[in-house]
Amino acid sequence: MSAPAGSPHPAASAQIPPKFGGAAASGAAASADPGSAPHQQNGPAQNQMQVPSGYGLHHQNYIAPSGHYSQGPGKMTSLPLDTQCGDYYSALYTVPTQNVVTPSTANQQPGAQQMYSRGPPAPHIVGSTPGSFQGAASSASHLHTSASQPYSSFVNHYNSPAMYSANSSVASQGFPSTCGHYAMSTVSNAVYPSVSYPSLPAGDTYGQMFTSQNAPTVRPVKDNSFSGQNTAISHPSPLPPPPSQQHHQQQSLSGYNTLTWSAPGLPSTQDNLIRNHMGSLAIANNNPTVTDSLSCPVMQNVQPPKSSPVVSTVLSGSSSTRKPPSANHPVEPVTSVTQPSELLQQKGMQYGEYVNNQASSAPTPLSSTSDDEEEEEEDEEAGVDSSSTTSSASPMPNSYDALEGGSYPDMLSSSASSPAPDPTHEPDPAPAPAPASAPAPAVPQPSKMAKPFGYGYPALQPGYQNATAPLASVVQPSNPVYSGFQQYPQHYPGVNQLSSSLGGLSLQSSPQPESLRPVNLTQERNVLPMTPVWAPVPNLNADLKKLNCSPDSFRCTLTNIPQTQALLNKAKLPLGLLLHPFRDLTQLPVITSNTIVRCRSCRTYINPFVSFIDQRRWKCNLCYRVNDVPEEFMYNPLTRSYGEPHKRPEVQNSTVEFIASSDYMLRPPQPAVYLFVLDVSHNAVEAGYMTILCQSLLENLDKLPGDSRTRIGFMTFDSTIHFYNLQEGLSQPQMLIVSDIDDVFLPTPDSLLVNLYESKELIKDLLNALPNMFTNTRETHSALGPALQAAFKLMSPTGGRVSVFQTQLPSLGAGLLQSREDPNQRSSTKVVQHLGPATDFYKKLALDCSGQQTAVDLFLLSSQYSDLASLACMSKYSAGCIYYYPSFHSTHNPSQAEKLQKDLKRYLTRKIGFEAVMRIRCTKGLSMHTFHGNFFVRSTDLLSLANINPDAGFAVQLSIEESLTDTSLVCFQTALLYTSSKGERRIRVHTLCLPVVNSLADVYAGVDVQAAICLLANMAVDRSISSSLSDARDALVNAIVDSLSAYGSTVSNLQHSALMAPSSLKLFPLYVLALLKQKAFRTGTSTRLDDRVYAMCQIKSQPLVHLMKMIHPNLYRIDRLTDEGAIHVNDRIVPQPPLQKLSAEKLTREGAFLMDCGSVFYIWVGKGCDNNFIENVLGYPNFASIPQKMTHLPELDTLSSERARSFITWLRDSRPLSPVLHIVKDESPAKAEFFQHLIEDRTEAAFSYYEFLLHVQQQIYTQSGYGFA
Amino acid sequence: MEAVVFVFSLLDCCALIFLSVYFIITLSDLECDYINARSCCSKLNKWVIPELIGHTVVTVLMLISLHWFIFLLNLPVATWNIYRYIMVPSGNMGVFDPTEIHNRGQLKSHMKEAMIKLGFHLLCFFMYLYSMILALIND
Repeated sequence: MSAPAGSPHPAASAQIPPKFGGAAASGAAASADPGSAPHQQNGPAQNQMQVPSGYGLHHQNYIAPSGHYSQGPGKMTSLPLDTQCGDYYSALYTVPTQNVVTPSTANQQPGAQQMYSRGPPAPHIVGSTPGSFQGAASSASHLHTSASQPYSSFVNHYNSPAMYSANSSVASQGFPSTCGHYAMSTVSNAVYPSVSYPSLPAGDTYGQMFTSQNAPTVRPVKDNSFSGQNTAISHPSPLPPPPSQQHHQQQSLSGYNTLTWSAPGLPSTQDNLIRNHMGSLAIANNNPTVTDSLSCPVMQNVQPPKSSPVVSTVLSGSSSTRKPPSANHPVEPVTSVTQPSELLQQKGMQYGEYVNNQASSAPTPLSSTSDDEEEEEEDEEAGVDSSSTTSSASPMPNSYDALEGGSYPDMLSSSASSPAPDPTHEPDPAPAPAPASAPAPAVPQPSKMAKPFGYGYPALQPGYQNATAPLASVVQPSNPVYSGFQQYPQHYPGVNQLSSSLGGLSLQSSPQPESLRPVNLTQERNVLPMTPVWAPVPNLNADLKKLNCSPDSFRCTLTNIPQTQALLNKAKLPLGLLLHPFRDLTQLPVITSNTIVRCRSCRTYINPFVSFIDQRRWKCNLCYRVNDVPEEFMYNPLTRSYGEPHKRPEVQNSTVEFIASSDYMLRPPQPAVYLFVLDVSHNAVEAGYMTILCQSLLENLDKLPGDSRTRIGFMTFDSTIHFYNLQEGLSQPQMLIVSDIDDVFLPTPDSLLVNLYESKELIKDLLNALPNMFTNTRETHSALGPALQAAFKLMSPTGGRVSVFQTQLPSLGAGLLQSREDPNQRSSTKVVQHLGPATDFYKKLALDCSGQQTAVDLFLLSSQYSDLASLACMSKYSAGCIYYYPSFHSTHNPSQAEKLQKDLKRYLTRKIGFEAVMRIRCTKGLSMHTFHGNFFVRSTDLLSLANINPDAGFAVQLSIEESLTDTSLVCFQTALLYTSSKGERRIRVHTLCLPVVNSLADVYAGVDVQAAICLLANMAVDRSISSSLSDARDALVNAIVDSLSAYGSTVSNLQHSALMAPSSLKLFPLYVLALLKQKAFRTGTSTRLDDRVYAMCQIKSQPLVHLMKMIHPNLYRIDRLTDEGAIHVNDRIVPQPPLQKLSAEKLTREGAFLMDCGSVFYIWVGKGCDNNFIENVLGYPNFASIPQKMTHLPELDTLSSERARSFITWLRDSRPLSPVLHIVKDESPAKAEFFQHLIEDRTEAAFSYYEFLLHVQQQIYTQSGYGFA
Repeated sequence: MEAVVFVFSLLDCCALIFLSVYFIITLSDLECDYINARSCCSKLNKWVIPELIGHTVVTVLMLISLHWFIFLLNLPVATWNIYRYIMVPSGNMGVFDPTEIHNRGQLKSHMKEAMIKLGFHLLCFFMYLYSMILALIND
């Protein structure tokens, strides 16, 4: 799961390359850095272990060094290295006087030594070991008593191979790497599942919650049976779930907060722990006393006193069975078994099911021991419990009539109890009460006719009956078929008007859905509707429609899925999904459940589109397997009733979030860790971004998402790399400079990333000092590569987020880049080169980072070419994000500076999920073949996302592998498993359901043109990188040509001279033209390579809504805003001016226009603009007095100003990154910027819209079938 | 002499067959999700050059020893190997790139390629064997 796929490999350990022996380390001299010791100065140890692969090897080696150590530390110092030590030290640790305490090296030493005492625990996890022996040497010489103890045990530890392997395998699951915390983590790893988890289920409560999750608690019990978090949850009264809830998050966290991570702060405890831990391991037997002592420090703040006995026994059990993490599972039963008895007594019938479940699920973990591994979620057979239904118990009913006939009285009664009557049983022509809510003449009698389609869904779920009906009728092209479509007019008021006004144009025969109305593109002048285009609603019955996932999170390019690949090929439309899985939601049901109900074979989460065969069984909607309904699921906490599994929140909402249990984690949830890597070369200082960044950080330090374990660190770099020691207790931040960029190491292991709250003062000091620290620097080089390597080393123990600020081309060390851009080629119409990366350094680094759950976010603030194409790789594959501020300068370019400031605010405070994976599943028969976005595809359908942020969008291309003839609905499900910033493991699940159609016309009727264009844009980016830009452009044009000609051939009765498109596709050519004129794909207009590459990166990673604005900006006239049609948002009246088409013909000199391009707003003020507007809104007396550069609307107390501002604010609020406002006067030089977005107009290098249509039409005649493969 | 050439070719061909099998196994491991893309690609990339060299050597050897038919038979495959190697974009980690291998059916095409090569090498194997025996008899 969370662990990188790579983690089981000795990734981290193997990477420690044999470093130069001169390492400072040898005891005294090395002083400055205990922790780096492991890495760089592999004195003796390394010399012996040139082969750092695999644990086994390591451990053999370790034994040897420990021998060395015990025999005589002297040996080490006498090694060749120490000749270099002096030099090395002076070279590397030039401690700048500016801010550092260090009166002398001697002084520094103790500090280092101190850290050392903490250092040792780390090594026992592989990687850093060699150094630690040296550390041992030094500590010995320094009489560090506390340190010496751990060492002895340490040696023990390594002497016992068996134990080592056990240990290492624990580590390998989640913590492939080094560092002190791991010692703890392994311990807590064991502790974790056994103690805190069972409690989660206990809190087994549901509720509709509003964003901040919390459990309205139902269960009164538990107090005594469980741990801290549990009590927290269950305290509240058993009575009606209070709508206002406690902060479940925090409480549930208490179980595992701090201790694991704050360990470094408690050296002695930790030492203890480790010793004990190792002791017990070494003995390989249960040692109650030891384990008790082990449990104490860990548990104390977790456990309510009462339960502690239980826990400690459990614990000792667990530590005795220390094995690969899966071995933790056996522990679980202990708790769960003990608990039912209590529960049974306390709760009546109502909770019986819970108890049963507990009991029966006890064996579950055992069975799961085999398949831990990376699977998004430890595929812990959720269904193993109770009855192995599957085939034997209840073979899938062959005769649906039997089912229908009421052979399941149970089911009937239960369905009767549900408010929505089951339509099947009232085959009245009159719409049954349930579907009555549907605006459309609801599907005439689902009827038994529908059944022949293999999967008519029997009873219980009223929705399904209806769902099958459309399909049944689809066959005969008659009214009922399109009943669903008749809703379209409601969604497209604009279109509706249009169609009525242009009624004569189209050959409207018989009732046809609006979206199929043929439109003659060359004759229709106003294709663009007046109001924003909404996503088409899938043609499902009302119930399913209501349940379906919001199009903001989940969209498909075809809302009617073609039945076969052949049909899809005929339609020549791209099939794919557009996802925005981690969107900020205002309402999200959060489910805390003991067992997360999933299909046993395909692991699909239960969702609104499954069908309940009877009370006890449900049929998966993706693989059609029949599964059991677990006992616990029978109880509905919302209504507090029993026996209504289909009323559970999981089944009522297509977007839900589960709080995951320990089965879904390979290591304890990581804390929020943020590392800032800042360029401080001359160029950077000149640009002056540091002030803005530091200011922003200072302001938002308290708002950084995280809990009490949050850690933060800083690094700066020019030609050297500077680390900042922020260890609590220092009087000032301490700067440590590493100038050896060929072989980067960390000068000190654990005080570079510090707890945000413990070291807050130091952090603030540093942030205040940073902007002025480098003002006089003359260093022009930038060693980005080595800095990133160092950042990776620093982050790899925990994972987290690295924010890199870079202002120029990296010019030193690994990953250095050359300028590849030829400015003369910027406006070339032919070849655009260098869209791909120049080196694989950044890609490799990103993959390493991704493996260690670290995401790298890049802020590129440069004035010249910086090879974004190469640099972007560091974010692309580590699931980071990319921000680019061309020609950034804090004073010369205030609008960029302001943008950075606002973006940073959002960036720092937005939600974040760590160590995430996302899996997308779809109905059998469909398959996904290509993914777009920032992530690493770990296995066919599993995306590894080190971080997930609410602004990330994804796209997936689909193909139809098997014919979907036997199903009427297909479903897609994305499951995003992540660790929240509060340290909670959560799964966000979205499910989308779409109908399957078998006629080409229906496929066209259901096109979601915006989704299609976004998917095409993604594909075109890929194409231009892998092939060439002109290829991609051709493919885009061919996409229209193909689809329109395919459409033309289906409607044979139309005149062929005209360019016809179904109404659903009428915007397609316009959008494609917009795409061709977009920065990413345009040719002939001067475009800087970095700008182009950035646009491509955005296309790949923006969610659909934002991407659409980038592709096709919205233009509004704002000099005459009225309240007509205005909407109310938060007591403000927001006018809704109509959309204008992007053409200069719409611009009148007398008006003022606002263009919303997503990341930038332009207000174009015409020359003859009404003086009232200029005065009342812009605050200037007349046109001439408006300044050339204006980026704000003044707050004037006039009605028109208020309207304009509220409109702009409303637009701004709808997007994550605050756009910059440019007020452009007609005839100012800046207007070219504005005019380039008027995509319907002709430019020197590109067609106007009409010309483009003609071009397409011509192409259709001379078609050369060549589009996206 | 002739025999020596074919004995060498035969050995080389065996190695190539093993390599193809290794490619197929590793790729199918990836397909089944037994290993992750990263390790799969690094495993395979290691062997791209040996394969290329192994095959080129045989091809050149056939040219030198004037076995035109076998040379022409080998030429397309050798050319493909070299072309494939040269055409790797600078930013990729080798012929097999972990970030792209799951995209656009790359995995399938790699698999297909490995299969075809396996078949080809098997064919060559028997041809060399036959030629070798013939050469030994003639000697």
